[in-house]
Amino acid sequence: MSNIAAIEHEIVEDFDLFDDWTEKYQYIIELGQQLKPLEAQYKTDDRKITGCQSSVWLHAYTKDGLVFFESDSDSTFVKGEIALLIKVLSGQAPEEIIKAELNFIDAIGLRQHMAVTRANGLASMIKQMKLYAVGFQSHTA
Amino acid sequence: MIKSTAPEIKPRLFKVEELRADFPVLFQTAYNKPLVYLDNAATSQKPQIVIDALSDYYSTCNANIHRGVHFLSQKASQAFDDVRTKVKDYIGAGSEREIIFVRGTTEAINLVASSWGRKNLSAGDVVLVTTMEHHSNIVPWQLICAEKGAEVIPVPMDDRGVLDMQAFETLLTDKVKFVSVVHTSNSLGTINPVDVIVQKAHEKNIPVLVDAAQAVAHEVIDVQALNCDFLAFSGHKMFGPTGVGVLYGKEKLLEAMPPYQGGGEMIAQVSFAGTTFNELPYKFEAGTPNIADVIGLGAAIDYMNGVDRAAAADWELSLMRSTAEQLSTIPGIRLIGTAPHKAAVVSFVVDGVNALDLGMYLDTLGIAVRTGHHCTQPVMDRLGIPGTIRASFMFYNTQQEVDALVVGVRKGINLLRA
Repeated sequence: MSNIAAIEHEIVEDFDLFDDWTEKYQYIIELGQQLKPLEAQYKTDDRKITGCQSSVWLHAYTKDGLVFFESDSDSTFVKGEIALLIKVLSGQAPEEIIKAELNFIDAIGLRQHMAVTRANGLASMIKQMKLYAVGFQSHTA
Repeated sequence: MIKSTAPEIKPRLFKVEELRADFPVLFQTAYNKPLVYLDNAATSQKPQIVIDALSDYYSTCNANIHRGVHFLSQKASQAFDDVRTKVKDYIGAGSEREIIFVRGTTEAINLVASSWGRKNLSAGDVVLVTTMEHHSNIVPWQLICAEKGAEVIPVPMDDRGVLDMQAFETLLTDKVKFVSVVHTSNSLGTINPVDVIVQKAHEKNIPVLVDAAQAVAHEVIDVQALNCDFLAFSGHKMFGPTGVGVLYGKEKLLEAMPPYQGGGEMIAQVSFAGTTFNELPYKFEAGTPNIADVIGLGAAIDYMNGVDRAAAADWELSLMRSTAEQLSTIPGIRLIGTAPHKAAVVSFVVDGVNALDLGMYLDTLGIAVRTGHHCTQPVMDRLGIPGTIRASFMFYNTQQEVDALVVGVRKGINLLRA
């Protein structure tokens, strides 16, 4: 099992503890509230992700060949979603990020609770994270 | 069986539980909690009589209309034509020729903007709207105005969401060629003085379209009393099916307008030398119409005719007032849209709480509200907010549902502010 798949597995196990959607929602909110805020200097228009109903900023950098993400949103729930993505993808190698299937999103029942516009927002977020990884990969290759 | 006449429904006293029983969709759970449907401004639920009409149509009556010589086609044509008469009577129009079936309010406005606008607007002209229009009553006018070099100008509103009628009169210059206004704001609930707007515009011979999408389910509109030139509304917001709506237009204006779309039904004679068009209302109904949903709309009108409308409206307003009063006591809540004359809509924002987050929390409790700009971005810009949480009521909602909403909002705020 890859590093990413192992973390995904852990998240799915965490969510299995919850009985209903309210509890899952509350857990995601907690994660959002705990997410480290993005420094103001990174909240720029070029770091803003389009396709989300809320404002979302994503900042990425590399260290020792690994990609790290920091992010923020005006929605705590979206921050919670980002926190999950960061848990899975931040600190991984670019090639691992690019091929990550992120099956945990379906497995924890997140996608079924989102209207299409919101699901698109999450898709935009993932796409942007992967684009950063591609950028860093070609940069270091 | 599709009946050619309206089923007999006796007006009855207003009893919420009795009326609620007519709406099967309301009796279900969401995430194992009783469903609380407070998104009625987006779409109303459908009474059994409407659901049955759709099913009966396809079970007993389905055929293409107006061109068939056979039994089924005549039956379907009769049922379809009867609805036009019902709609005419429902809004007090003078003739069936003034009732055009469309997909909804949006298409109705696009029809007028495209047909009337293309013929009558020219460079330098102004189409007057208001700040509180739904995007559907802004964008069609922007499209035609961009083509013609004309301009769309909004009449401003104050912080409560009340239209500035003094500004309206000032803006009603000789350049104005058309006025298109919303009767009841979907995001604020404001009910505009459309009668005064029509009167003032007519003093200058300017035609007026009234967007009644949010009004038709809640109050009786008589187009001849109001004297508007066009009225647009959607079936699905008045207990009917989606995909059907009505454009009312004064016959004289409709006669002078060119067709909006070409195709079947709307023609008299077609040849490559030239085509002549059918008479009203068919001139504006190209292609096979949405027969089943028109018949469903007819059933919705029958249903509404059986409801004590005044009592229903009073009930909705009492729910709205109870919601507003209870929410006002929660610290950090600000009601958006506090016009003295308003419909059963409560929009609000909460300091330090994202509207989407709270809306999603309410959803986890089985409570359906709407969050965001509600397709009225200029309203949100005017008020300096990104969006609101909106609860909108129908007469089948209960006081218990209002109380569940208030409890949910309190809990959600505590959770999200932690």
